[in-house]
Amino acid sequence: MSTNTIVSLPDQSTARIPKDNFLTRENGLLSWLLTGDHKRIAILYLISISFFFFIGGALAGLIRLELLTPQTDLMATDTYNKVFTMHGIIMIFFFLVPSVPATLGNFFIPMMIGAKDLALPKVNLLSWYLYIAGGILALVTMATGGVDTGWTFTTPLSTHYVNTNVLTTGLAVFIAGFSSILTGLNFIVTIHKMRAPGMTWFRMPLFIWSHYAASILMVLATPVVAIAIVLVALERTIGIGVFDPTKGGDPLLFQHLFWFYSHPAVYIMILPGMGVISEVISTFSRKRVFGYTAVAFSSVAIAVFGFFVWAHHMFIMGISNYSVLVFSLLTMLVAVPSAIKIFNWTFTLYKGSITFETPMIYAFGFMGLFTIGGMTGVFLGSSGTDIHLTETYFIVAHFHFVMVGGMLMAFLSGIHFWWPKITGRMYPEKISQMAAVVTFIGFNLTFFPQFILGALGMPRRYASYPPEFQILNVFSTAGATILGVGYLLPVLYLIWSLKYGAIAGSNPWQATGLEWQTQSPPLTENFAVMPIMDHEAYDYEWLEKQQQAQKKTEVTSAG
Amino acid sequence: MPDNSVNAHGADHAGNTALAEHPSYLRHHFNSVEQQADATNFAMWLFLLTEVMFFGGLFTAYLIYRNWFYQAFVAGSHQLNVIWGTTNTVVLILSSFTMAMGVWCAETRRKNGLVLCLTLTFILGLAFLGIKTIEYREKIEMHHVPGFHYSLQSFLDPESNPEVFKEYHDKPLAPDMARHTELYFSLYFLMTGMHALHMIIGIGILAFMIIRARAGAYTSGHVTFVENFGLYWHFVDIIWIYLFALLYLISRH
Repeated sequence: MSTNTIVSLPDQSTARIPKDNFLTRENGLLSWLLTGDHKRIAILYLISISFFFFIGGALAGLIRLELLTPQTDLMATDTYNKVFTMHGIIMIFFFLVPSVPATLGNFFIPMMIGAKDLALPKVNLLSWYLYIAGGILALVTMATGGVDTGWTFTTPLSTHYVNTNVLTTGLAVFIAGFSSILTGLNFIVTIHKMRAPGMTWFRMPLFIWSHYAASILMVLATPVVAIAIVLVALERTIGIGVFDPTKGGDPLLFQHLFWFYSHPAVYIMILPGMGVISEVISTFSRKRVFGYTAVAFSSVAIAVFGFFVWAHHMFIMGISNYSVLVFSLLTMLVAVPSAIKIFNWTFTLYKGSITFETPMIYAFGFMGLFTIGGMTGVFLGSSGTDIHLTETYFIVAHFHFVMVGGMLMAFLSGIHFWWPKITGRMYPEKISQMAAVVTFIGFNLTFFPQFILGALGMPRRYASYPPEFQILNVFSTAGATILGVGYLLPVLYLIWSLKYGAIAGSNPWQATGLEWQTQSPPLTENFAVMPIMDHEAYDYEWLEKQQQAQKKTEVTSAG
Repeated sequence: MPDNSVNAHGADHAGNTALAEHPSYLRHHFNSVEQQADATNFAMWLFLLTEVMFFGGLFTAYLIYRNWFYQAFVAGSHQLNVIWGTTNTVVLILSSFTMAMGVWCAETRRKNGLVLCLTLTFILGLAFLGIKTIEYREKIEMHHVPGFHYSLQSFLDPESNPEVFKEYHDKPLAPDMARHTELYFSLYFLMTGMHALHMIIGIGILAFMIIRARAGAYTSGHVTFVENFGLYWHFVDIIWIYLFALLYLISRH
């Protein structure tokens, strides 16, 4: 493993971090809080998102601790309801939805297409402030009593029965939704209008394609959940009756409006992660992504199909049998573009010169776990199995395989992959490889038993369970502990690397993206000279020629 | 007026030295004025798309419940004042016209014309809200506001409201159906209220624009803001035209 590497670092005795870069150009807290620079906003997002991730993670820890024993001993059942609700809300709206797009996307979309910034820098900053406002409101809500509807705000529970902070939590999600809309809008405009000369649609890295697809979902789906939340709030306060059967309204309408957003939202959460994986797999197998066009269009196809499958969350909620049939069929269709991606990544690996740096280990984790998550999604998409498995731990395991095993692995892969570019310094390789493996083991130990628990019939959202399920729950809780270590390690060594990491140079991975052809950390305006894209994406021969030409000029100038 | 701030940023951007024009309103990360105008314009259209989806949720709810409780929705619709509704439609279309003229004035650099057009749009916008207030007041007096002492009297006994009865000769609704008129009025207030909220935001931005236009902004070549606001205003206008058709007109035979 260690002998075989593509990492090429500059001579550490002479290398220096460039004096002028986006981190040093201006100083002081205000230069960060009022910045329009997409890279600084990305770092603001990275810090705040990590903060919310660990709050959500702590809540997950509490859930697993309660489930260690069959009785309700750690907390009362209504506290348990609040804990899993807040875990869901924080992880979904304040971590998963903005995770890769708002940090890595924000940082690298302009750089990859050769632009100086996103098209609307002020809107970009506004979206961070909205995110923070929503996040603080959610935390205040949690501190002042919390909410116990589940993250889905299901009516009539949320409108008529519970006495917790539904309104403020709804408002928090509403505000965070606006943040997400503005991010998506900014990305679409940037990708359309800010590309460097020669950067045609089919020369863009696949990272851009997947963000483009996710942005379409953010822009089109999020307003629908916004109106759904407004309706819940009005139903709860003045009783407008839209979701109230006693007045002729229908709670099912809420489900339709909510899942019209929340199903596409899972693709908002996973698509940017798939973009990261495309970059990482190509770089560490030294090959152009196999079937570039197919992978690009599969992102768009996932976005399009994603809009037509929402009712598969409602198979047991009394929709008609014909709806079930149609939505079940459409759900199966989403598996096709997802499989195209997995197959194409596998073919990219085939006969590639594979090396196992940390981002690649995480990427392998992603491929395995996402495949399991995706396949179990097909089980759940077929209505017969779904009726047996829905509302059990099978569902919990399924979406954690996709979201945590998929998106979180991709997020960590991307963070390690671009860390040298963002900070100018390498993370420590050995310990991070270990962390990646620990995460993988911890993850499987946590969530694989939950598939079995679900198939055996253990329902989700209860604080207690029959004693015969305990052994598997103990496995799961033990796994969660390992997983926690796996997530804390990167925080420690990444912070360590800010000061002590090896100096990375501009292109430590020998990667082809435009973002690697400039200094690390980049200049505030990204490129000293506006780049011109004169080759395809992932063209390693071009890179080689480029480097040989550079060496030649160095030799001649030295001579 | 194109002033001497031309090329203010030009020197420190190596990639841009070829550009002849680099006016002060061109933000540093764009390469040309066209690219900047193009991008912001495109962003505005996308934003309007999100608005379509936002209102789309309400329109969906309206269509479903209208289908289910047809009689209640017809009877509810008969309680609206078509004269005020029509007046308001005319007012809004007029305001869209003055707004379009405003954009034209900005493009052709007519400062006084722009200020006049924006002020007229502002006044027409306020007039719309004024008329809407009169309509809302009527509803409050009739106890047609859901959640606040909602009364079914006009539907169980249509003759109690002679003005409406004279025109439509509505038959009394069965109590079970009459109850669903509350849903109609919920949607009426939601949709018109959401529209009015957009009007209020628009009027606020108009006030800001009038002050800026008097100081000479928008008429020196940089018209993107006026153009984009124009798009927003026309969009709000179009939403109203749909609301007018669906809430007031569709049930008149």
